[in-house]
Amino acid sequence: MADTNVAVKEKESIIRFGKKERKLLTDPLDSNNPITVQVLGICSALAVTTLVNKAFVMAIAVVFVCMFANLFTSLLRNNIPKQVRMIVQLVIIAFLVTVVELTLKAINYPIYKELSVFIGLIITNCIIMGRLEAFAMANDPWKSTLDGIGNGLGYGIILIIVAAIREVFGKGSFFGYKLIGNTDEFLLNLGSWYAPNNLMVLFPSAMFVIGVLIWIHRSWNKDLIDVS
Amino acid sequence: MNSELLNIFIKSAFIENLALAYFLGMCSYLAVSKTVKTAFGLGLAVIFVLGITMPINWLISTFLLSESGLFGTDLTFLRLILFIAVIASMVQLVEMVVEKYSPSLYNSLGIFLPLITVNCAILGGSLFMVAKEYNFSESVAFGLGGGFGWFLAIIAIAAIREKIQYSNVPPALRGLGMAFILTGLMGMAFMSLMGIDPGAF
Repeated sequence: MADTNVAVKEKESIIRFGKKERKLLTDPLDSNNPITVQVLGICSALAVTTLVNKAFVMAIAVVFVCMFANLFTSLLRNNIPKQVRMIVQLVIIAFLVTVVELTLKAINYPIYKELSVFIGLIITNCIIMGRLEAFAMANDPWKSTLDGIGNGLGYGIILIIVAAIREVFGKGSFFGYKLIGNTDEFLLNLGSWYAPNNLMVLFPSAMFVIGVLIWIHRSWNKDLIDVS
Repeated sequence: MNSELLNIFIKSAFIENLALAYFLGMCSYLAVSKTVKTAFGLGLAVIFVLGITMPINWLISTFLLSESGLFGTDLTFLRLILFIAVIASMVQLVEMVVEKYSPSLYNSLGIFLPLITVNCAILGGSLFMVAKEYNFSESVAFGLGGGFGWFLAIIAIAAIREKIQYSNVPPALRGLGMAFILTGLMGMAFMSLMGIDPGAF
């Protein structure tokens, strides 16, 4: 009797923040990063990283969708029949993405227009589906929520780094403010020698930037090197 | 009329290549392109699914969701959910049919068939089709052309990746990093096709 009581108590205090939970949040930022290690969610990472504010909005949207999709799937995980689990997961994700899409349309229409189909494509963002399959179907709601936030943030960080590199070198600005290049407003006009490189705004440069990021990441974290 | 359909096919396969011009479907493109054989199977499956789902989604968006459709109201906010449901159920259906009638093809495709559901080239193709306001036959041509372009792209990168194993790549860049840089270079090559008039063919 006493043992079962302890077990019940442990189950009640399941929402806690120990070492394991912290690991769920920090692992996706480094050794298990969705983009550079798991290779999930590349498509949107390439398309929305031309401007930092676009990447920022996208990162917030993905953190939101990933967190709640993990939470809901984890709550329903014992009631989903295995044969139709993909469709159930997709409906959950599609519902959340529709919420995000309509909210963004109402709050900030210009950004919504610029992101266009890529908000819709969060549905097929493999990070979300991948985390549902790999984590939320097998873990309790609290841990799944943390995992969702962690993976969303890991994705968002790479997105913002890539966008920062591409915007600074491609447009000579950061978050819409002119930094380098020929500017009239800029006080010292220090960077006037720099002509913005149009290639950085085009798709292939995102590939190069992410490729080099992977290179840097793997030379720094040697465990990740591909042995094959 | 027929030449117009051919134009759309060529345009969606080469000039507006889903993989190398829009960078859609990159996750499976990078993950499955280690050998030409598996890339071939996945490419064929993508052509098939794109060719089927595109006309079905066209029918749905024209006859169910638009204001002149069956319900008489604008239901476009349901578009994402319906499109993805169609794609998921089509993939499931294709999987069952192939398993029943051609076990050898089913075995060679293996896990890649269910993976197509989350290939953004499929959903992206459907969304582009709506944005470009194609009619029914044009949407079929767009689906087949887009699938064919994706098929060519994945075969090309798989062939390069098979050969590059013999080169001396820095250890940290091996595998994934190199695949990214190669895809970037291929994308630049494909950019030179942009601006070509498909009517010239």
